[in-house]
Amino acid sequence: MTKCLILSMEEWAEKKNKKKIVVEKINLKIGEFTCVEPISLINTFNAAVLGSWLDSSEITIETIPFEGKCSKCNRLYFPKKENGYKSPCCNFNLEEIISGRELKIASIDFKEK
Amino acid sequence: MHLPISDKIELNILHQNSHQAEKNKIKFNNYNLLCLNIMSSPGAGKTRLLEITLEDLSKKFHSAVLEGDMTTNLDAARLEKLNIPVVPITTGRACHLDANMVSGGLKLLEKKINPNLLDILLVENVGNLVCPAEFEIGEHFKVALLSITEGEDKPLKYPIMFREADLILITKVDLLPHLNFDINELKSNIASTNPKADVIEISSITKSGFHLWQDWISKKILKFKNN
Repeated sequence: MTKCLILSMEEWAEKKNKKKIVVEKINLKIGEFTCVEPISLINTFNAAVLGSWLDSSEITIETIPFEGKCSKCNRLYFPKKENGYKSPCCNFNLEEIISGRELKIASIDFKEK
Repeated sequence: MHLPISDKIELNILHQNSHQAEKNKIKFNNYNLLCLNIMSSPGAGKTRLLEITLEDLSKKFHSAVLEGDMTTNLDAARLEKLNIPVVPITTGRACHLDANMVSGGLKLLEKKINPNLLDILLVENVGNLVCPAEFEIGEHFKVALLSITEGEDKPLKYPIMFREADLILITKVDLLPHLNFDINELKSNIASTNPKADVIEISSITKSGFHLWQDWISKKILKFKNN
């Protein structure tokens, strides 16, 4: 995932002149229902970019809640592992996921040198 | 220095992989080749499943395998004995196959056989219940294996893998009489994580359930080819 993030940053920087910019913050939106542990992503990113053009950049992560929709009564709810992800209102299985699968670079804060 | 600028890009971190996966899928479609992504934890029985499956499947359909493994070609060597085209993909330190690796594997496969002559490509992913679930490879269907020795709780502990799967194969069911294992609890956990998935119980020892799995594949191939 760290590699994918760095490749995405490289691709974004191709459209800028990366020698002329300094990336200050990479603002991510990471859903709770993904395979990404935010602190691990930050640590591995910091290690991977040491000495590179992204060395001074900081990652911020907005966690997007895992939210489902009960297919019986249409109420939104926060699925819990302890409850088998079922809806608390009708005890229905998790069918529709409303949010929590996000793996996004929301925005990049940078300065021109 | 100038004032900071915020570039709101809202870009999926995995978009490069998704883009390559889409290119792979277009290639598979152009070859009229159905691709299954076979995933599980290490030791759930993926390679044995393929050995048994391909013995019968190869009589009806032209098959090939891309065999993902971190460090060895041992699994690929086992499958090559079945006289079908097998391309090993050694991922090194990576714990999953990504779309680029599969694209490379497909290029190697093209050197072995004209993919137009194939009906199905089985991609055995690296044994891991976490990362392979997030990385599309261009597959048409995802198949997840879960052996009963892993415990009833795994669909809840690794929900994304089982949520993403189109078919879940419960393997090693011949061990049921010897284990304190509640298969109904497992099925309930699968249903709560992914109510839409097909579920088949199989055993590579007794071969129980293999006819259902073979039927599932055959129907998918025929439907794909008719479309």
